[in-house]
Amino acid sequence: MKTYETLIFELSNPDRRAFEIPKVDVPEESLESFLPKGALRGEAPELPQVSQVDLMRHYTNLSNRNYGLDTGFYPLGSCTMKYNPKINEDMARLPNFTETHPMQDDSLVQGNLELMDNLDQMLCEITGMDKMTLQPIAGSHGEMLGLMLMKAYHADKGDHNRKKIIVPDSSHGTNPASVAMAGLEVVTIESKENGEGDLDALQEAMGDDVAGLMLTNPNTLGLFEKQIQEIAKMVHEAGGLLYYDGANTNAIMGITRPGDMGFDIVHLNLHKTFTTPHGGGGPGSGPVGVKERLIPYLPVPFVEKKGAGYKLSYDAPKSVGKISNYYGNFGIYLRAYVYILSMGYNGLKRASEVAVLNANYVMYSLKDHFKLAVDRPCKHEFVLAGINTDIAEMPTVNIAKRLLDYGHHPPTVYFPLIVHEALMVEPTETESKEMLDDFIEAMKAIVEESKNDPELVKTAPHTTPVRKLDEVGAARNPIVRWEPEE
Amino acid sequence: MSELFFTKKHEWVKVEGDHATIGISDYAQEQLGDIVFIELPEVDEDFEQGDDFGVVESVKAASDLYMPISGKILEVNEELEDAPELVNEDAMENWMIKVEITNKKELEDLLSEVQYKDFIEEE
Amino acid sequence: MFPYIANTPQDEKDMLKAIGFNSIEEFFEDIPKELRLNRDLNLKPAMTEAEIKVHMEKLGGKNQGKELVNFLGGGVYDRHIPSVINHVISRSEFYTAYTPYQPEISQGTLQVIFEYQTLITNLTGMDVSNASLYDGASAVAEAAFMAVDKTRNKEIIVPDNIHPNTLRVLKTYLHFKDLELVVVPTNEGTFSKAALEEKISENTAGVVVQNPNFFGLVEDEIEEIVELTHKNKALLIMSVDPITLGVLKSPGDYGADIAVGDGQSLGNGLNFGGPYFGFLAATKKLIRKMPGRIAGQTLDKDGKRGFVLTLQTREQHIRREKATSNICTNQALNALAASVYMVALGKKGIAEVATQSAQKAHYLYNQILEKTNFKPVYDKPFFMEFGITSDIPAAKGKEALLKEGILGGIELRICGEQFKNALLVAVTEKRTKEEMDQFVQVLEGLK
Repeated sequence: MKTYETLIFELSNPDRRAFEIPKVDVPEESLESFLPKGALRGEAPELPQVSQVDLMRHYTNLSNRNYGLDTGFYPLGSCTMKYNPKINEDMARLPNFTETHPMQDDSLVQGNLELMDNLDQMLCEITGMDKMTLQPIAGSHGEMLGLMLMKAYHADKGDHNRKKIIVPDSSHGTNPASVAMAGLEVVTIESKENGEGDLDALQEAMGDDVAGLMLTNPNTLGLFEKQIQEIAKMVHEAGGLLYYDGANTNAIMGITRPGDMGFDIVHLNLHKTFTTPHGGGGPGSGPVGVKERLIPYLPVPFVEKKGAGYKLSYDAPKSVGKISNYYGNFGIYLRAYVYILSMGYNGLKRASEVAVLNANYVMYSLKDHFKLAVDRPCKHEFVLAGINTDIAEMPTVNIAKRLLDYGHHPPTVYFPLIVHEALMVEPTETESKEMLDDFIEAMKAIVEESKNDPELVKTAPHTTPVRKLDEVGAARNPIVRWEPEE
Repeated sequence: MSELFFTKKHEWVKVEGDHATIGISDYAQEQLGDIVFIELPEVDEDFEQGDDFGVVESVKAASDLYMPISGKILEVNEELEDAPELVNEDAMENWMIKVEITNKKELEDLLSEVQYKDFIEEE
Repeated sequence: MFPYIANTPQDEKDMLKAIGFNSIEEFFEDIPKELRLNRDLNLKPAMTEAEIKVHMEKLGGKNQGKELVNFLGGGVYDRHIPSVINHVISRSEFYTAYTPYQPEISQGTLQVIFEYQTLITNLTGMDVSNASLYDGASAVAEAAFMAVDKTRNKEIIVPDNIHPNTLRVLKTYLHFKDLELVVVPTNEGTFSKAALEEKISENTAGVVVQNPNFFGLVEDEIEEIVELTHKNKALLIMSVDPITLGVLKSPGDYGADIAVGDGQSLGNGLNFGGPYFGFLAATKKLIRKMPGRIAGQTLDKDGKRGFVLTLQTREQHIRREKATSNICTNQALNALAASVYMVALGKKGIAEVATQSAQKAHYLYNQILEKTNFKPVYDKPFFMEFGITSDIPAAKGKEALLKEGILGGIELRICGEQFKNALLVAVTEKRTKEEMDQFVQVLEGLK
């Protein structure tokens, strides 16, 4: 990654152009002739003017200062950074899909509607649910919707008292934030040390004011919640609903299903489990699946089979309404559809098996150099409780930064909050043994360095395009836009 | 004559007659690390004991500030708006709010300096 | 056997042996037997790329769109998209990267966000922008929450001429937070100060104005509405079409507190409704109330300029239930596409696109009024989208146009039965005189 420090605004030259539209072919009436003068701005907005070569080089140089999945290993726990197949990208760019407008008549978009219906059924089969909506645009958006569904369900039953959502302390930060978005209250319960739910604590928290429980299984420590059936029974008997945070679905495809575990509502992150790209922070896609009794509350519209064709139906009087403009991120879930086709039933199961194999391989290979949060086979990810302090002392943050010098993206750090000095590693199934070995060697080497040359680790990274950045300064004195020098 | 108290949530309270000056302890600022922002209430707002009256933020954490006692806000330290780092420099000197105490009995719930020192040693 | 799974059966054996296990099955032993799916998933077997291409071409072939001339709008527009955009967003260093939580190896994404924020603030005339939201509709809802948070009031006022889907989304978001939505009837398609005056009170948190509104009309009392809103200590939220800001007064010019909108128009394809992105920009004093990510400029250890995500204590991963929003993943790559679009057009280009769209729309409008039996739904200044109506049901007009390969517009019936014969027609810079003349010809022949 070479040095490039220019902002696009610093390249601007008022006489340059990167793109031209065709000349106008109708009479050129002035805007003032049909718009009130008060509606017009004095001067066009200050957008930079550059040549097309300048534009391409600028963004290419910026891309060189980025690290993507196609650059190297990305073992971010809880994020499922697996390879993004290129056929997905090509199919998503077929003009037959891209050049359809969301307000076209149903009869003109039968292919799109059929795809949506097919994908709904596939995701239902994978999760064991009865119906999916593809409208949520991201995982947290799906969570928010799932919680709205819970609230709508209880309200429809005349039960307005259920305002509490139980969330374990090991949960993703989006869980409590989504609870707030749905106008509900969070009740946090402590997990046992191994990350498993504490049934006594749960029993105590349950009551007729509880709308439901949010869980992820496997949990954020990468362990399967063995007591899930008891938990489901406890929640259901108290009149609550069970919500499945699908962030960790990559461990269980074809092996077990949230629907069979007793969950009522599930959200999936297609940008995790189903290989749609993260895009540097989106767009994602967060479909939500429900059991039969919650179908009436799903957002509108939904695809309905009608004779030989499909239509978008708005006929759902109990629906929570709409949560996004149209039908969700169509171009994104189309990629997930292609992925499922290219893996098939056998491939998806194999993906989960190898994801779990890879995680266990890395975990057990590191057990002497790091502390395992829990010493028991993991699923698709595992958590290290920092360096093995019998060998050396080194904060997790420095280990993560030193990994950058070895060319690997660091794991998720300091999450879950219940593990001290946590490093959360998720290798995914798409990485080879050779890559895993390289990562394991790098991790071990950093432990050795922590013992022999701790300064080297503490001052890392040394080889990245920029060194450690002053985040305190950025927050104390926020500069959030470029302004020309006086 | 002023009296100094502390809370288990790490605020300090300096009491002079019916008025109290409130800030966070040196231990608290050290735990937070570099403070980047402090949100304080409006003058004249009323708070009950235990209410949160503001937030103090570092880069990766935000901690609520709790009212050690009930009271009405008389003054806030506006200097902290632009220079929150002053609290890192001297937490006891750089106060956050001044309040009119509504219930002096609540002072009994607070810790003395010695008690507070013992408390943080246990933490 | 599966191209995206690298490890071979031999690797599997070696790996298991190295860590002292006999089979992968051992890793799953903790899952209770009765929860195991003891059958294959009921899905098709794996398909090769070649098979997928055939399948997808066939599926896509059931759509019509790419061969049609598009006069549909309603917030989503068929515009010229510069080729550079696809080339930039197809760089896998951008599209396969995660959220830039490790700034040292994410300067590309972070600088892109910083530049995007600058472009959006220049376009909207606001002080600060976030890194993007889901779409234009949820952006209005997020802005409403900011107003509620800032004013501690619970009521949001909107005119009935905003996009019907925005209204639906806003309704859902507000309902679940137990907030009040007050819909104000508009006068002949536009929002008047008098109408607002009847509803606004000391309980109002925010007032929404959409310009141009759903009917394509340019609102003519924005200044008065802003003034009245501020007099009541509420925030003014302005929802805008970003392209029109090439020539129309910006939210900043009007003194709005928050500017929002959908960014599809800025270089993103139609894609049957998504992915697009929402933008949200505000005055400086609202920065800590803003939802979503924000990039900030700083220096590295050696004094070099660099960028980081900043003011993160607003966000869910730190503040959990007290966060300003639950948004985490946003629409970063679409925001990148928009940045490239704004740079490709530049200051002059965006004004040209806006101007040409308006000129062409007025050409078509005038031709329709002159040569056909259609009349305007509202006879008021519009920008590039307008409603027309006649004695014939709108569906019939649409059908006749479709026969000639034209997507003739959105049936305004979605806004109420009084519009059952009305079509909302959008014209962008991409439409040609020839296409528009044909449009008029079809309507002329309608009986």
